[in-house]
Formats: sequence, structure tokens, C-alpha cells
Amino acid sequence: MTVSPAVPTDRYVPPRGWYKRNEIRVTPWLFLAPGILFFLFYVIFPVFQSFNLSLYKWDGLGEAEYVGLRNYQELATDRAFETSLWNNLKWLLLYLLAIPAGLFIALFLNQTVTGIRLYKSLFFFPFVISQVVVGLVFTWFYDPTFGLLNTILGWFGAGPIAVLGDPTLATYGIIAAGLWPQTAYCMILYLTGLNAVDPEQVEAARLDGAKGWRMLWYVIIPQLKPATFIAFVVTIIGALRSFDLISIMTNGGPFGSTRVLSFYMFEKALSEYGFRMGYGAAIAVVLFLIMLLFIAYFLWSMWREERGR
Amino acid sequence: MFPTPIAKTSRTWQLTYQGLLPFALIMWLLPLIAVALFSIKPAVDFTQANYWGLPSAFAGFENYGKVFLESQMPRYLLNSLLITIPTVIGAVALSAMTGFALGIYRFRGNLLIFFLFVAGNFVPFQILMVPVRDLTRDLGLYNTKTGLVLFHVAFQTGFCTLFMRNFIRALPYELIEAARVEGVAEWRIFWYVVLPLMKPAIAALAVLIFTFIWNDYFWAVVLTQGAESQPVTAGITSFNAQYRAAYHLMSAGSIVAALPPVAMFFLMQKHFIAGLTLGAVK
Repeated sequence: MTVSPAVPTDRYVPPRGWYKRNEIRVTPWLFLAPGILFFLFYVIFPVFQSFNLSLYKWDGLGEAEYVGLRNYQELATDRAFETSLWNNLKWLLLYLLAIPAGLFIALFLNQTVTGIRLYKSLFFFPFVISQVVVGLVFTWFYDPTFGLLNTILGWFGAGPIAVLGDPTLATYGIIAAGLWPQTAYCMILYLTGLNAVDPEQVEAARLDGAKGWRMLWYVIIPQLKPATFIAFVVTIIGALRSFDLISIMTNGGPFGSTRVLSFYMFEKALSEYGFRMGYGAAIAVVLFLIMLLFIAYFLWSMWREERGR
Repeated sequence: MFPTPIAKTSRTWQLTYQGLLPFALIMWLLPLIAVALFSIKPAVDFTQANYWGLPSAFAGFENYGKVFLESQMPRYLLNSLLITIPTVIGAVALSAMTGFALGIYRFRGNLLIFFLFVAGNFVPFQILMVPVRDLTRDLGLYNTKTGLVLFHVAFQTGFCTLFMRNFIRALPYELIEAARVEGVAEWRIFWYVVLPLMKPAIAALAVLIFTFIWNDYFWAVVLTQGAESQPVTAGITSFNAQYRAAYHLMSAGSIVAALPPVAMFFLMQKHFIAGLTLGAVK
């Protein structure tokens, strides 16, 4: 506040309001406010609410009953939970194949021939389609009576295999379907990365006699590090978020063999298996803690880069 | 350039490569080509087990006509649009502001807030599911498009802020300083100096968010229930239940559901790829 002078002077000083004086300090907070509020209410608070909820027994309607860590104790002996956890591990490991596969296709397509742009876009195609449609497409692809897979196997006298009906194969079948769009994503990351590879270094290495695998390993891949980092981040997140494909292709079956944590949580909390919100929240907490390892690693890498500037 | 440019290699390899390209593409898109083929076959082909032969007649118009005229599909498509477009506008607007604040100003907690947005963006959906569903119900927005839009805007703000902030960081800071020396108000700097420079980032995010939201399935199932509010990803499952075993119609339906983001991608390819690579790999 400006205090008006006791003695009126004839020189008029335009009042500088509080806002004007603090403009640089206040403006960022004004700009941040709506975004932060939305984010707090829909993302940050719910994370903590879920932590809290996992200590209760609640059907979503009536009174919630405090049960302490009993939900977690139940998890320890829950066979379905164990299956889900193992499947999550399979997803994590096998999904990473998308990274070398994407690199391979990117190397294959990194040429300048007529129509290559169209080829690149068409190879990228699967990523743009919703996972629901990818799921449907692959369900039909695997179908034992008319699926293309078994038709092709039939030519070689093999099959038919009911990929999604076999408890030992089903998860791998779904992961293969998931790898299709994910590989496309990694491919596009590497294609952009390859564009930025320093041609002089490549020429210099060629003069030194490097070629083929050695060139790829010692000269190209180190330069693709930023692309690899992003590919790693999005692939890990994609693997842990897998839900759509499982829900569409097998709905957790056969005999619950394709459940992963994200799907099992949904099943416990919202489907006909009963509205066990607290137990579902406990599963979600476990999933979150696994993800937290990776989030911490990502943030740490980003932080190092920020300080490096 | 790596690998060795094709023009500098032997004639045989050049020819092999040219032949390999279309073959590899067909193999890659085989499951999709199969569905496209199914969608133009008449029903009779399926009853006669003529799955992979040539269609006995072209029934494309008939099948797609049925999808558009005799099912709830147009309604689901409209819902998807009414969910996706407001989300894109909301998320881009909010993140242009947060990105501006985090990218231009130096203040305590800047990096902390930035990392909060980034971390939130990586969180598994399931940990938000029960609380967000309750919140939406308390607001009286369960099973409405608005409820879905509000959540999507909030969640996407995380990713968009990451993108916008990094983009703004790369802008020449002298421009802002020059404007300040001229005595331009801060909000005017945002509106007249920074925003016009952000057009490429806004375009990239808009296309990307459009695709993400159009393809969302999880939240559609959690927050909505019926044909009056469900988007096409959730609607396709009820559509398939309606036409069980009518593979020609289910295929046509799937293609219709998948098409809008595909069209968006082909129209705005450059922006789309810039968005996907987070602007980090230039």
C-alpha cells in the first residue's frame, strides 16, 4: 500500500499498485494456479487417497472399515496376485524388445529412395491406432478357426494353435500384439535420432575402417542415446500400463493366466468380482511402488541434465 | 549417413532392397490388411468359410452403411469428438500457461513443481482410479462427457507442461528482456511475444493429445457407462456384442473407430512426430 503524503504536493506521482511492484514475482503463480489446481485435485491428491484407502475395507458405497495392513497381508497369499506380478515382469522384459526391433526397422528404412517417406509413415501406422482396435485385430489374427496365423501355419502343416486359449501362451500372444505398436513408436524415435547423427563422425570412422556392426555399436548407438532414453521411458511406462489389450483380448483369462496388476486391480475394484475398493487400492499401491523406481530414475536423469545447463 | 546409402552399394543389393521394402511393409501390416479385407466381404463368405479367398462380391458400401445407419456407432463417434476436442483445447491452454511460468521465471520451487508435473504424468492410472471415480461422482459428473473431459485435461496437463516448458526454455530469452525494458506488462509478454512463437509446440501437442484421448479406453470404462456418453473405444465392445460373429461388420466398425486419429496423423505428420520425440531428438 502506498501511504498518501501528509502534505499535499503539487507534483503528481502516479500510484504504483502492489501488483505492479511485485509483477515479476506474482505472475508465474497466477499462470500456474489453474494448472496446478487441476493437477492437484485429479492426480496428486488421488495418489495419497489411494494409499489411505488401501488400509480400509470398503465396497464403494457404505461405511469404510479400517483394517490396517490386512489388505497387504492378504496380497501375500493371493495366488492371482502372484500370477499378475509374474506377468508384469514378463511384460516389462519382453516389451523392451521393442527398442532393438525399432532400431532395426529404423536402420532398414533410413535410406533415400523414392517413396521412402510414405513407407516410414505406413510402418508407423500401428502406433496411431487405438489399442482396442489392435487388440481386436490380433484376436482375429490368432483365431484358431479362421485366423491368419493358423492359416499360414497350416501351409507348413503345423497348427492350429489357439494362442489366446492356452494359459501358457496367452500372455505371450498379448505381449506380441503390444509389441507391434510399441516397435513402431521406437522406430520413429530412432529414425529422428538417425537424422541427427553427425555425418562427419561416420565418414571419419569409415576412413578408419569401421563398418557394419562395429560402426553401429561404437559410433552410431552412442549418438542415439537421447532417442534410446526416451524409447526406454515410454516402453517401460507402456509395459506397466498394459490394460486395454488384456481387457479386449482375453479379459484376464484363460483361468486368470493373463492378468497383470493393472488389470487385476480393476477387476477387484470394479467388476463383477465384487467392489473391493480397499483391496484394489492395495494392488494399485504395489504397482505404483514398482513404477516409482523407474520414475525416480527418470527424474534423476532429467535433473542431472537440468543442472548440466 | 548410416547405413551406407543405397545409391553407393552394389546393383544387386539395390534391387533386393527395392523388392524387400514392399514385402516387409505387407508383412508388417498383415493383421491390418486382413481386417480391411474382412470389412468389404459380404456375410455369405463367412458362412461358406471363405475367409481368405477373394471376396465373392464387393460389400464395402453395404457393411459400412450398416455401421453408420443401423448401429450406435455415429453416436459413439460424436461422443469421442465431444470428449477429445475440449480436452485438447483445455490441456493446451493450461499447459501453455504453466509452461510459460516454469520456462520464463526463476523462482524457488520452480524445478520442484516442474518435476511434480512430470512425475504425475508417469503414474499408473490404477492408483488414481478409485479416488477419481469418487470425485467425479461427488461432482455429479459420473457417466457424463464433462466428467471425462475434466479428468483428461488435468492428467494431460502433466505431459503438456513438460513439453511446453522445454520448448519455451529453448526460445531466445533476450526477446522477453527486451519487452520488459520497453515496460510491457508480463501477461502481454505471454500473449504477444511468447504465444505466437509457440505455434509449432501447440500444433504438435494438439495432434498428439487428440490421438491419446481418442484412443483412451481405460478411463472411458471407469467413468462412463452408456451410449449417451461413451466414446468409440468403449462403444466398439458393445457394438461387437450386438454383431457377435458378424466379422465383416465388426471389422468395418473397428476401421471406422480407428480412422480419425489415422487421418489426423497423415494430415499433420510433421507436428505429430515433433511431439512424439518430445522435441528432445531434433
